[in-house]
Amino acid sequence: MSTVVLLLITGLGLGALYFLVASGLSLIYGLMGVLNFAHGSFLTLGAFAGWELARRLGSDNWGTFIASIALGAVVGAIFAAATEFFLIRRLYERHIEQVLVTVGLALASVALFDGIWGTDPIYVTGPKWLGGTTQILGASIPNNRFILILAAVLVLLGIVLFLKYTRYGLIIRAGVENRSMVTALGIDVRRAFTVVFAIGGAAAGIGGVLASSYYGYVAPSIGGSLLIFAFIVTVIGGLGSLSGAAIAAALVAVLQQFANFYLGGTGDFVVVLLLAVVLLVRPSGLLGSKA
Amino acid sequence: MNNVKKLFGHSLVKWALGGVLIAFLALLPMLAIDIPGVFPGPTYTPGTLQLLAFSMLIAALALSYHLIFGVAGLLSFGHALYFAIGAYGLGIALRHFGLELLPAIIVTFVVGLFVAAAVGALSLRVTGISFAMVTLAFAQAGSVLIRKNPGKLTGGDEGLALDTTHIPDLFVGVLQTKNLYWLCLAVLVVVFLVSSWFERSNAGHVVAATRENELRVRVIGIRPYFVKLLTFIIGGVLATFVGMAYLLLQSSATQKLASADFTLTLLVIVVLGGVGYRWGAVIGGVIYTLLDQRLTAFASSDAVSGLPDVLRIPLSQPLFILGTLFILVVLFLPGGIAGVTARLASSRQRTEDPRAVLEELG
Amino acid sequence: MSNIILSVKGLSARIAGQQVVEDVTFEVPATGVTALLGRNGVGKTSTIKGILGLIERKGEVTFFGDDQKATRLDKQRTHRIVQQGIGYVPEDREVFSKLTVAENLRLAERDSNPRRDFVAELFPDLVARAGQLAGTLSGGQQQMLSLGRALLNTNKLLLVDEPTKGLAPIIVGEVAAALAEAAKTVPILLVEQNLQVVRQLAAGAIVIEGGRVVHTGSASEFLGDEEMIQRFLGVATAAEAAS
Repeated sequence: MSTVVLLLITGLGLGALYFLVASGLSLIYGLMGVLNFAHGSFLTLGAFAGWELARRLGSDNWGTFIASIALGAVVGAIFAAATEFFLIRRLYERHIEQVLVTVGLALASVALFDGIWGTDPIYVTGPKWLGGTTQILGASIPNNRFILILAAVLVLLGIVLFLKYTRYGLIIRAGVENRSMVTALGIDVRRAFTVVFAIGGAAAGIGGVLASSYYGYVAPSIGGSLLIFAFIVTVIGGLGSLSGAAIAAALVAVLQQFANFYLGGTGDFVVVLLLAVVLLVRPSGLLGSKA
Repeated sequence: MNNVKKLFGHSLVKWALGGVLIAFLALLPMLAIDIPGVFPGPTYTPGTLQLLAFSMLIAALALSYHLIFGVAGLLSFGHALYFAIGAYGLGIALRHFGLELLPAIIVTFVVGLFVAAAVGALSLRVTGISFAMVTLAFAQAGSVLIRKNPGKLTGGDEGLALDTTHIPDLFVGVLQTKNLYWLCLAVLVVVFLVSSWFERSNAGHVVAATRENELRVRVIGIRPYFVKLLTFIIGGVLATFVGMAYLLLQSSATQKLASADFTLTLLVIVVLGGVGYRWGAVIGGVIYTLLDQRLTAFASSDAVSGLPDVLRIPLSQPLFILGTLFILVVLFLPGGIAGVTARLASSRQRTEDPRAVLEELG
Repeated sequence: MSNIILSVKGLSARIAGQQVVEDVTFEVPATGVTALLGRNGVGKTSTIKGILGLIERKGEVTFFGDDQKATRLDKQRTHRIVQQGIGYVPEDREVFSKLTVAENLRLAERDSNPRRDFVAELFPDLVARAGQLAGTLSGGQQQMLSLGRALLNTNKLLLVDEPTKGLAPIIVGEVAAALAEAAKTVPILLVEQNLQVVRQLAAGAIVIEGGRVVHTGSASEFLGDEEMIQRFLGVATAAEAAS
C-alpha cells in the first residue's frame, strides 16, 4: 500500500514537471502551429539563472528559493519572447521552417550552455525541508514533490485565469480555434504569439528551477531530456489543449513510475508505447480538437 | 554562354561528370592531396581516408533521408532507428551469433526491411506532426531498448564492438583503411543510384505528387498510403545498409546512433545541403562531417583561445556554430547550399523547387 | 456623381496552388446593397477572401474610406484591412464555439464606443443567451451572432457571405430584415444564392462565372431577365432559387 502511495505521489510530482514544460508547448502549437524544439532550452536557461542567483544569495533559505523561481520564470519568458520575435515571426505561416529554426536554436543554445557552464552536472542544494521527506500513509515522500505539484497547480490556475479574464487570453482562446477569423476581426494575432511564447517560456523557466531541485543538479542536458517527455505528453493530451496536457502529464508520469517499479525499469518504453497507441487510436489526442 | 548552360544541362553530360568525380574519389588514396585545416593529413593517410569515408557514409545516410523528407514530404523524426539497426544488427549477428559476413549482412537487411515496413505501416496511418511524433516515439523505443541491453546483446551504454572473426582481412586494420574507404565510396554510389532511380520511377513521381497535393493523387485512383510506405521502406533499408558500413568503418556502435538528436542532425544536414536537391543531401553530409570534425580542432586552436570570453565561448563550441549556421540558412537561404549554387549555375538538376517543397509541407 | 466605396481591378487569387479567381473587376457603390451572384464554386467567396487578404491574391483593391482617401488593400495584412472599417460576415458563420456569445461579441469590438445598444436591439435573443457557448447555438442564432459581430463597430463597408445558407425560411426573413436595417447606414457587398433575399435587398448586381465578372448592372433588371438567370445561375426561375 505504501509503495502504491509513494509511486502515485512521486508520479504526480514528475507529472507536475512534465506539465510545466508541456503547457507552453501545447499553447504554442495550438495557437501557432509551431512545434517548438527549443522549449527545453527555455527550461535549461531558467534553471541556470535560478542556480546562479541561489549561488550568490546562499541557497538554503526559502527567500532565495522563491526568488530563483521568479528569476527562472522571467528569464524563460524573455528568452522565449525573443525567440518568437526574432526567429519565428520572420517565418510567418511557414510551419516546417519554424520547426527547423527551433531545432537550430536548440542545438546552438545547448552548445552555448555547454561552453558557459560546462557539460558536467552541477549539484545544487536548497532549503533544508526540500531535502527531507514526509510520511503519508506509510510512504516516505520526498518533499520537493509537493513543491512541484503546488507549482504546477498554481501555473495551471494562473494560465487558466489569464486565458479567461484578459483580452490577450480571449484572443488566444479564439485563435487556437480559428486563427484566420481572429485576423478578420481586425486583431493582429501576431502579438498574441509573443505573449504565448512568453507564457510558455515562463512556465518552462519555473520548471527548470524546480527540475534542478528534483534531480539535485543543473546541467545543459536537462532541458532536452525533459523535452521528449513533454512532447509525448502534449501529443497524448491533444495539441492545443491545456487541460489535456495536465491530464496527460499526470497519466504519463504515474504510468512511468508504476512501470519502472513493477515492470523492471520499462517506464520509458511504456510511455512511448502509450504514445503510439493513442496516436493510432485517436490521432488528435485525448482532448485535442486539431487533427 | 547559353551553349555552355545547355551543355551542362544535358543529362548525359551530368552522368559523365559524375563518373569522372567517382573516378577521382576512387583515386584519392593514391594521391597526396592535402588541405591543411580541413584534412588531418594528405589523402593517402588513414586518418584522412577515415574522415572522408565517414563523410561519404553520412552523405549516403542524408540521401536516404532526402528520399523520405525531400521527395515524399514525410517529416520522420525516427530515421536514425534504421541506421542503428544496420550497425547494431550486423554487430550482433557477427559477435553473438557468429555468422559469416555475408549471411550477417543479409539477416540485418531483412531485419531492417521488416522494422521499416512495420513502423511505416503503423505510422503512415496518421500525417503531419502526428506522423512525426509517432516516428519519434518508435525511435525512442529503439533507443531505450538499446540502452537497456537486453540479453547483453547491445552493450548498453558502453556500445558494441565489432567482432572481426568472420570479416575478411581486407577490411580489418588501419592499413586496410583504403579498402574501407572504397567500400564507403561504393555504398555512397549505390545509395545515390538507388535514390535517383526511385525518384525517376513512376512510384517516385507519384509520391512527389502526393507530397504536393494528396487530393489530386487520390482523385486519379492511386492510394497515397502505399507509395508513401514504399518510399519509407526504401529509405529505411538504405539507412540500414549505410549503418552496416558504418559498423565496419568505425569498428563499434554506440547508442547515440538511434537517438532523436541524430535524426535531428540528419534533418539539419538535409536542409543545410538543400531540401529538394539530391546533391544537397550529399553536399550537406560531407560539409557537416568535415565541419563537425574540424570545428573541434578549430575550437581548441590558438586562434580561438586568444579571444575574449564573449567570442571565445561560443566559437569554441562546434555545435553552436553549426546551429547558428543552420538558423541563418533556414531564415535566409531556404534552398540550402545546393540552392545557392543552383541559382548561380542556373542548372535544372533539381528534384523540385526547395521553397515550394518547404511551403507545401507547411 | 455616385461615390464608390471599393474598387476591385484585375483581382486574381489562389488557394493551395489552385487558381480560384482569374480576373475580377468591379466597383461597389458607397450606399446600398450590391449583390455578388453566381453558381457554386465560381469564386464568389474567394473574391471576398481575396479582398480581405485571407488568401493569396494579386491585383488592385482600392478602398475609399474617410474623405474619399484611397487606400490600396492588396498590399496590406488582413487585420489592417479590417481596421480601415471593413466588417466581415463569413460563409458558415465561423463563430468561436468555445467562447460564449458575450465573449464572441467582446472580441469583435474595435471602436472605443461599440454600438452595443444597436446590436442588442437588433438581436434580443443574443442578449438573452449572453453566457451561452456559441457552439451550442442553432444555425440561425449563430448567424445573428456573426452579423452582430460585424455591426458592433462603425464600419464603412460590410462584406457578407451567404448569410442565409442552410437556414429555415423564417430565420431567412429575420436575417434579411437585420441586413436591411444595417444597409441604412453602411454599404454592403452581399454574396447570396437566395434570389428572394437579393430581390428584397439589392440595388446592384455583379455576376461572376469561371472566376471572372460576366455582368454588372441593376439587381432588379438582372432578376427580371429569366434567360440571364438561367445562364449564369443555372436555375429555372427566381422563385425556385428562393427555396
